[in-house]
Amino acid sequence: MDNHLYNFVLHLGDNALILGHRLSEICGHGPILEQDMAMTNIALDLVGQSRNLYQLAAELKGEGATEDTLAYLRDATEYKNFLLAEQKNGDFAKTVLRQFFYDAFNYHCYQRLLMSNYQPLAAIADKANKEITYHLKWSSEWVIRLGDGTAESMRRIKMALEDLWPYTGELFKFADYEIACNTEGIFPDIEGLKADWDDEVRTIFAEANLDIPEEKWMHDGGKRGVHSEHLGFLLAEMQFLQRAYPGQEW
Amino acid sequence: MNNWPLWEIFLRSKNGLNHKHVGSLHASDEKMAMQNARDVYTRRNEGISIWVVESKYISASDPDEGESLFDPANDKVYRHPTFYNLPDELKHI
Repeated sequence: MDNHLYNFVLHLGDNALILGHRLSEICGHGPILEQDMAMTNIALDLVGQSRNLYQLAAELKGEGATEDTLAYLRDATEYKNFLLAEQKNGDFAKTVLRQFFYDAFNYHCYQRLLMSNYQPLAAIADKANKEITYHLKWSSEWVIRLGDGTAESMRRIKMALEDLWPYTGELFKFADYEIACNTEGIFPDIEGLKADWDDEVRTIFAEANLDIPEEKWMHDGGKRGVHSEHLGFLLAEMQFLQRAYPGQEW
Repeated sequence: MNNWPLWEIFLRSKNGLNHKHVGSLHASDEKMAMQNARDVYTRRNEGISIWVVESKYISASDPDEGESLFDPANDKVYRHPTFYNLPDELKHI
């Protein structure tokens, strides 16, 4: 088994599952019915993407691994998602901004995966790409609405920006397995990712009357399994049933 | 958000069919109305095209005038093509 390929696919799947699970936590609690459904739709898309990626990872791993064992029977230190994905929902502004940072990254990441020389990954990217394009549109427009809205919405999104900005550095601090996949053409052109993301953020922030924060210290570690305190609680809830009643089905 | 206007949503389910009224929702402008309509009304492949119209721009007939508007058509069967006998020589009708 190619360890770096397995780790990379797992990392992509973990990003999607953890953020998808976060969004699912607020199902039924959205500010209005229409946005509640919009966020739940995104949650479902992300969980669906994680399933495709975990199925591929399970195949690469062998040893009886399945999408379910990967999702439900790994501990926090084995999860490789960005710290950004596990951050708490907070208020609507924070949920939206976390989504925007993730979508802007994901969109350009999956554009590259479409070009991957590893066919199974390119096929998954092709399917996910349409969903991600819509997610980015949704979250971009909400960042603009909140930033360019009322004094209160501006205050909220600025607070969210202060909270979340330090988690954006990790997106571009590439792990060993990403670099190895890049060298082999599985994850092409990672050098250009940051510039594409910066462009996306700059364009939307200009419309939203938001300033890009100055360079400061950035968190990292999620890709290596070193997580914030939030992931353990998230997994405890998500994995409870399978841990308490192994093999339980609907 | 309580003062967001109401929008009427129309979906076309297939090419060649008409847009059909499917319901309404709240949104602050037409862009948001379009996205909300996509998320609320097309989750199960219901549509391939969406129209959104702010509800205030729709004029509706007054139910109290129903009798004067619609009853007069009741006894005018000659307005239906089936009222007329066609000559036998006429084919493909």
